[in-house]
Amino acid sequence: MISTVYAITLVGIGLVIAVFYFVITNSKEADPDYPSITKKWYGVRRKWFLFLLVLGIVVSVLSTNPFPVPDQKKEYSGGDYQNVVVDSHQWYWIMTPSTVKAGQPVEFQVSSADVNHGFGIYDEKLTLVAQTQAMPGYTNKLIHTFDKPGKYKILCLEYCGLAHHVMISELTVE
Amino acid sequence: MSATEANGKIEYSDTENRNALIAVKSHLIAGFLVFLLMMIAGFTMRAVQGTWLEIGADLFYQIMTVHGVGVVGAAMITSTGVQWYFLRQYVRLSNGIFWTNFLIFLTGVVLILGSIFVGKYGGAWTFLFPLPAISMGAWSSGAAALFQTGVLIIGVGFLILYLDFGRAILARYGSLARALGLTQLFGKEPVDYKHPAAVVASTMVLIVNFMGIAAGAVVLVMGLINLFYPEFKPDALLMKNLTYFFGHVVINATIYASVIAVYELLPRYTGRPWKTNKPFYAAWFAIVFMVMGVYPHHLMMDFAMPNWALIVGQVLSFGSGIPVMVVTGYGALMIVYRSGIKWTTSAKLLFLSMFGWWAGVIPAILDAMVTVNRTFHNTMWVPGHFHFYLLLGLLPMLIGFAYFLAGEGDNKEKTKATDSLGFYAYLIGAFMTSMVFLASGASSVPRRWATHFPEWVGFAQVGTIAASLVVIGMLLFLIRALVSLPGASNPR
Repeated sequence: MISTVYAITLVGIGLVIAVFYFVITNSKEADPDYPSITKKWYGVRRKWFLFLLVLGIVVSVLSTNPFPVPDQKKEYSGGDYQNVVVDSHQWYWIMTPSTVKAGQPVEFQVSSADVNHGFGIYDEKLTLVAQTQAMPGYTNKLIHTFDKPGKYKILCLEYCGLAHHVMISELTVE
Repeated sequence: MSATEANGKIEYSDTENRNALIAVKSHLIAGFLVFLLMMIAGFTMRAVQGTWLEIGADLFYQIMTVHGVGVVGAAMITSTGVQWYFLRQYVRLSNGIFWTNFLIFLTGVVLILGSIFVGKYGGAWTFLFPLPAISMGAWSSGAAALFQTGVLIIGVGFLILYLDFGRAILARYGSLARALGLTQLFGKEPVDYKHPAAVVASTMVLIVNFMGIAAGAVVLVMGLINLFYPEFKPDALLMKNLTYFFGHVVINATIYASVIAVYELLPRYTGRPWKTNKPFYAAWFAIVFMVMGVYPHHLMMDFAMPNWALIVGQVLSFGSGIPVMVVTGYGALMIVYRSGIKWTTSAKLLFLSMFGWWAGVIPAILDAMVTVNRTFHNTMWVPGHFHFYLLLGLLPMLIGFAYFLAGEGDNKEKTKATDSLGFYAYLIGAFMTSMVFLASGASSVPRRWATHFPEWVGFAQVGTIAASLVVIGMLLFLIRALVSLPGASNPR
């Protein structure tokens, strides 16, 4: 997912550069017949708009079905899920338990005792695999299934004061 | 009631015009000075993250706070200068109120600087409740209150200015809908291709900023009450919604205020008209709602938010990119294509701004998809996309306008070697800064961290070099503004 998004961005920015470069290199010679230019390019613009509209609708529908945020009203208990209660404080995490198994979904019940924090799960290569906000007065349910065992890092992803960057913990996945 | 010329422009006395020009130049110079200082602050933060400079975490987060609030403030005051310069040509605006807002702004700046560097406030510019009240001893409630009061005062100043905008627009056009071109869009009046883009854009900015600043005032006042009466505890999610509604609207509106310079100046430089028409009105009408409705894309990892709100945030984020990709940016490409344009520094910067805005849309709308946001939210990807918008979209509009005012508008000033040096240093530095942020985000590097893991230090070091180029470019632009702007007459 991350590398795909990055690649789309680089290609997209590259295409925009190419279009602007094309227009700059074709800007010095003056064509006095501007109405003909606008007539031609207004026609292209209509198709460009329709393309963006269709793209937006298709991507919106596909990317929100199923909805990427777990149902917060559902109870994720029983044998199907492992449950981890996450309490966040300035500037430490309490996870109960702090060891889970790979291959079975984990429900993290994330809340905060003081200010807003961000519960970010990083794998051993320091790639962010899942996150949710930790907010006073609310419990966010985050569902994640770990593919691989290992020592995962929990980093704070919402600025929470002077020791925000040392609010780090470890989650063991067996 | 004012007299108007045959072409629909307002006539002012020479004294009023002289005073107005001084006011606009003051806004530009003050804004550029703050921008330069904030770029030095950004450079400092990148150098610290890159282990080339060592400072305490407390000072780092104070610098981070001043960087955020300073850039937003400078963007607001400078873009307002550009907007006011053009809008007053079509509706009768008050010089006194324009100056009043400027002085209130400076007062707010003093309070904010005092709260940060004397009171040690380091709660970020977003003052996200309840962090200002719970600092674990890093700063006092008084310092947090001073910061929020400073922001509140600045907001009040802008509300006063927008009241004058609203009064003047209503006096000339009768209704905001007519000023926005809606009567033409919906066929109640014939399409007037000369209806000023400055009026359409200003009406949009007036509406959204009035709502945004009002929401900001509510969250600031509730935060202030909480600081002194901790038993008053507003709901954290409500506060977050209000904060991001306010923050998103005010910073987003700056680019819509500044783009007036593109609509007004590219036609001058190309000798071609930028006609307002139905697609133009439709785009700006949609922007009114999209700028206000898009803010839930900041709250996608708050799972307590209703799903429909997150879908609205995602869809409107995509929708917000369409006007620039179909109307404004596209229009700029058409007007420049085979125009014989003379590439002055002003023209180069204004055209660059269209590129920056357009290209910056791509990482922004991707991150605003809920599924993508799960692994990009609050990583360096976020400053990546907004530095694209601000460094390569907004600032080139503002600096391009300053070059116009400094003499290029009348062809009196020729591009100098230092202008070209400034332009290319800035261009390369700004592009590199944004791309390094995006690369860091794609490597999951979190934003707002004073100290980086060794694996991330390389990104920060390249970012530091990029930031130094931005600082050099901006310094040259500021020197040019200080040398040329004060004595420059108003371009005809």
